[in-house]
Amino acid sequence: MRVLAALSGGVDSAVAAARAVDAGHDVVGVHMALSRTRDQFRTGSRGCCSIEDAGDARRAADVLGIPYYVWDLSEQFEQTVVADFLAEYEAGRTPNPCVRCNEHIKFAALLDKAVALGFDAVCTGHYARIVVRDDGTRELHRARDAAKDQSYVLAVMGPERLARSMFPLGDVASKDETRAEAAARGLSVSAKPDSYDICFVADGDTQGFLRSRLGSRPGEVVDSSGEVVGEHDGAYAYTVGQRRGLALGRPAADGKPRYVLSIEPVANRVVVGSADELVVDTVTADQAVWYARVDDADCQVQVRAHGAPVDARATVRGDHVEVELPTGLRGVAAGQSLVLYDGSRVLGQATVTASRRALAGR
Amino acid sequence: MLPGAVAVLTDQLARTGNPSSLHTSGRAARRVVEESREQLAASLGARPSEVLWTSGGTEADNLAIKGLFWARRSQDPARRRILVSAVEHHAVLDPAFWMAEHAGAELVLLPVDGDGTVLVDALHDELAAHGDQAALLSVMWANNEVGTLQPVADVVALAHQHGVPVHADAVQAVGQVPVDFGSSGLDAMTVSAHKVGGPGGAGALLARRGLELIPVQHGGGQERGVRSGTLDAPLLASFAEAVREVVDALPESARRIGALRDALVAGVLEVVPDAVLRGPAQPSRRLPANAHLTFPGCEGDSLLYLLDSAGVEASTGSACQAGVPRPSHVLLAMGLDEDAARGALRFSLGHTSSADDVAALLEVLPGVVERARAAGMAGVR
Repeated sequence: MRVLAALSGGVDSAVAAARAVDAGHDVVGVHMALSRTRDQFRTGSRGCCSIEDAGDARRAADVLGIPYYVWDLSEQFEQTVVADFLAEYEAGRTPNPCVRCNEHIKFAALLDKAVALGFDAVCTGHYARIVVRDDGTRELHRARDAAKDQSYVLAVMGPERLARSMFPLGDVASKDETRAEAAARGLSVSAKPDSYDICFVADGDTQGFLRSRLGSRPGEVVDSSGEVVGEHDGAYAYTVGQRRGLALGRPAADGKPRYVLSIEPVANRVVVGSADELVVDTVTADQAVWYARVDDADCQVQVRAHGAPVDARATVRGDHVEVELPTGLRGVAAGQSLVLYDGSRVLGQATVTASRRALAGR
Repeated sequence: MLPGAVAVLTDQLARTGNPSSLHTSGRAARRVVEESREQLAASLGARPSEVLWTSGGTEADNLAIKGLFWARRSQDPARRRILVSAVEHHAVLDPAFWMAEHAGAELVLLPVDGDGTVLVDALHDELAAHGDQAALLSVMWANNEVGTLQPVADVVALAHQHGVPVHADAVQAVGQVPVDFGSSGLDAMTVSAHKVGGPGGAGALLARRGLELIPVQHGGGQERGVRSGTLDAPLLASFAEAVREVVDALPESARRIGALRDALVAGVLEVVPDAVLRGPAQPSRRLPANAHLTFPGCEGDSLLYLLDSAGVEASTGSACQAGVPRPSHVLLAMGLDEDAARGALRFSLGHTSSADDVAALLEVLPGVVERARAAGMAGVR
């Protein structure tokens, strides 16, 4: 196959590309330029967007003996991922930009261009497995290493794009194994630090980034009874479930920590309350994509990249899904990605529209 | 590299001795350097004392822009304007921008016409209005992307009426068209080894005798005190040999390559009828080895990838940092919009290029353009 290996400049994508070469594919490396104003070096745990990263990606391609190109996808990135990030926060929701990047950039803009240029598949360093059944159906599964599993952020791509994807690191036992393999292959990125933060937020300060792009909009912080307990600089900068950084003057009546319960963008209010008040047991989501025919099913759901899955009962109506959570979940915000699993297998993905406590007391 | 230049380089590499040393081996190395200087000067119509060795074209351009600016401004503080054409190589453009940002210069970008030729009338108007404030003028002999030959003689005549020294980057021109520094009237001129089949890392600034240049690089005082640094005798000897060979091969080599280029352009326009030749249509007004075309609806990097997979090596413009493809400033200055400029491909022919190479390109090009067009559409979502 003709395979386009997306090379971020990090260790995972380099080893993934190496494995694709070993598998006998005709591999070409492509580094995506996602920002036009690139820093010279990485700062902190921010990944993939500096000139240093582009250089590391080129070196990896050299070592693997594959051609290397840089594709400028910065315009699409700004118009989809960054614009969505700002609009979602502005609307009081909690976006996951990595999910949107996979949806709009890696497995859309990049993949479409690759296919148009004659490539059969795009290979990335994501940790997830693709299982091909005897009848040819392709399933998306969690990675062997649960700690590195990225099936959650990949689920949004849907089955058609999965059919043109390769994740050679899905069966790696651990990140250490990836690093050891990189070192053994002579890839100089083997000891490069992992990246965690949002790549376009320069210093990891998401609130500061939002404030600089959306401006200051002071408003009230209230508790669930409506009493004003503090002030804020912009409701958009808060996330449901957030505890730190609330800067409330007075402690709660019960003395327990307070969390953000909801954002009310129109009233420009942030509602806070106790941990108990955060628990929801019914979540609705839309824009669903499905990997399998799911009507009403017992399954597990996950609502954040590093969250644990919980048992759920799903009711599906087209691209709309409602899940009941007998054990409840804390801090589910509109805008988050809801991924449904059957064991290790991804059944589908949808975007949370609302959550509530409905079953309690039943 | 040219085989002759390789032979000279490898021959000289075993030599020990710093050309600035006074002992026997130092003197022997110095002799190689000076013979190379005489050779280079002879090939380019200059005097040996006018040759300042540098590490390449970029350093020579920097020395010309910065050195001339500082020298002229200290002679006359009113002379702060740096005049450069809008289609200069980054090695000229970027130091000029830098001087405007950091050294009190005023940058004047001279416009070009749709073929990339500097508008002499615009230069005339600029000098008529501000000639006594101009520190220097830099206009390349030939453009590196679209191959346009610039009206160097007209530019020099105009500038000299206002006492303005003129520099030309002639990196692309040497070996393709006759270049005679002495009769050009230029005050300074940049040449580089790697563009003529010589080694990378060697170049020169030809500077008219009596031209004052403030040094950019300070140290041991080599090269008239203008460019310090130990000289690399083998590299310079190889450089001089390469220039000698390409200049001696003129005009026959230019005729052969020019005919090949004309066949390439005609062939491309035949197999891809909506391709557009950029730069002058008249072959005598552009470098013989250069063909530059834009392909509507295509991304240059897609074309480059597809051609490379098919065994044809082309270029989208000029290489740049981190490889992020940007629309060419040359094409934008010529009046193209960003979309048109994105679909640019430059084909450079060399002494090994043949009619078979052109035929091979024409064979694969229609399919490549069709596919790149589809990919270009995929990018528009």
